[in-house]
Amino acid sequence: MIVSIQLNGKKIVDDISPDMTLFKFVREHGCYSVKCGCETTNCGLCTVFFDGKPILSCAMLAARADGHRVETLEGLQKEAEEFGQFIADQGAEQCGFCNPGMIMNAIALFRENPEPTDDEIKRYLAGNLCRCSGYEGQLRGIHAFMEYKKQGGAACE
Amino acid sequence: MLKIKEYVKAESLEQAYELNQKRTNRIIGGMLWMRMSDAQIQKAIDLSGLGLDQIEETEDAFILGCMVTLRQMELHEGMNAMCGGLIRKSVEDIVGVQFRNLATVGGSLVGRFGFSDVLTGLLVLDTYVELYKGGTIPLAEYANMKRDNDILVHVIIKKTAGRYAYQAHRNTKTDFPVLAVAASMVDGKVKAAVGARPQRARLYLADAPTQEAAEALAAAVVTGSNMRASAEYRSHLAKVLLKRAFAEIREKEEQ
Ligand SMILES: Cc1cc2nc3c(=O)[nH]c(=O)nc-3n(C[C@H](O)[C@H](O)[C@H](O)COP(=O)(O)OP(=O)(O)OC[C@H]3O[C@@H](n4cnc5c(N)ncnc54)[C@H](O)[C@@H]3O)c2cc1C
Ligand code: FES
Ligand code: FES
Repeated sequence: MIVSIQLNGKKIVDDISPDMTLFKFVREHGCYSVKCGCETTNCGLCTVFFDGKPILSCAMLAARADGHRVETLEGLQKEAEEFGQFIADQGAEQCGFCNPGMIMNAIALFRENPEPTDDEIKRYLAGNLCRCSGYEGQLRGIHAFMEYKKQGGAACE
Repeated sequence: MLKIKEYVKAESLEQAYELNQKRTNRIIGGMLWMRMSDAQIQKAIDLSGLGLDQIEETEDAFILGCMVTLRQMELHEGMNAMCGGLIRKSVEDIVGVQFRNLATVGGSLVGRFGFSDVLTGLLVLDTYVELYKGGTIPLAEYANMKRDNDILVHVIIKKTAGRYAYQAHRNTKTDFPVLAVAASMVDGKVKAAVGARPQRARLYLADAPTQEAAEALAAAVVTGSNMRASAEYRSHLAKVLLKRAFAEIREKEEQ
């Protein structure tokens, strides 16, 4: 079946199989930041934005995304790099596998709620599993990023 | 792995209903549960083009299309103000935001999952489901019906002034609940729903939201064992969570 999906600002028309997931679709179109970390829909590694909202691409059919807007980390380069640097500065990751999903969802959090409390941060990121760290480094990175924003860092859209 | 031969974006409920009568065809909600199965589906019937993803507020009710997501329910201010945040509390620990942006209220109720926070929470509200062919029936009745091939079109939550509470226990964040308890007091009548027993949520009635009533009710709750907890542990939790829920109801202002 033919679908037309706006991926990172570019319209992509493709002939796909009806059971292709959005996860597979974005990877086939070069978005390798999006990874699969589980078979049970609960690790958050495959997070993409669907019409601006974070979703699990492993659970959505690409067919359903026909006519919609999808963004991956590749499409949010500036925002992702800016925030990712604060995570790296804290040495928050070990293997780094969880990082793309974590960054995507943290960006979604800041877009919804630019000054979240610790409780709000933990709640929002609860669906992003990291099996190396205890999340403390990521939390420190988020605090440092928020402080930078408060001091007038470039605005997060 | 789930296999799908054909994807059909339904153009009407009638078309979706007709297609859903065939055993090998399947409606897709958020697909989160479905994707974990090995089903071979002939036609996947997508309802996402039928405008059923909105929460409408009328004078006396909130009407949720079956494709409304758990996240929409969590964030809806009017609905949560009506029930003292019961709906938000019942869904906010389900996996993560990205998951709740997909999981639908329709799929959650049709599944009649034993572990369901969604079913547990909605059971103590004045909730009805509107089925395409089966008409509008109370959720408590629907929860006990055998699954058929009808389509759940809307969920209707009547606005009812009362006091509401939700309590659940999880072994670890984002896991299924080990036990879930919702309680309400409307016009002096106390209702409690206990879910994840691990069987499907059931409704119980009490005379007053007292500690004694909570103990008596907990003793009547039938629990079972699974990999998350033993029946004994769940029975103990039933006592604790019912007491907490009833205490919350006593302390709360009427919404
Ligand atoms: C990893 C994981 C963890 C979870 N944890 C929890 C938890 O802690 N608490 C909790 O309450 N829930 C939990 N759930 C369940 C989840 O919240 C949803 O209830 C579940 O995924 C079903 O919703 P869905 O929209 O994904 O439905 P789907 O998976 O798309 O559909 C479920 C079933 O309902 C049918 N269906 C869907 N919509 C309709 C309709 N409108 N009319 C007729 N039939 C329909 C489908 O054909 C399918 O058979 C969890 C699920 C997963 C996968
Ligand atoms: S791959 Fe784990 S949630 Fe999608
Ligand atoms: S750093 Fe390894 S999973 Fe998070």
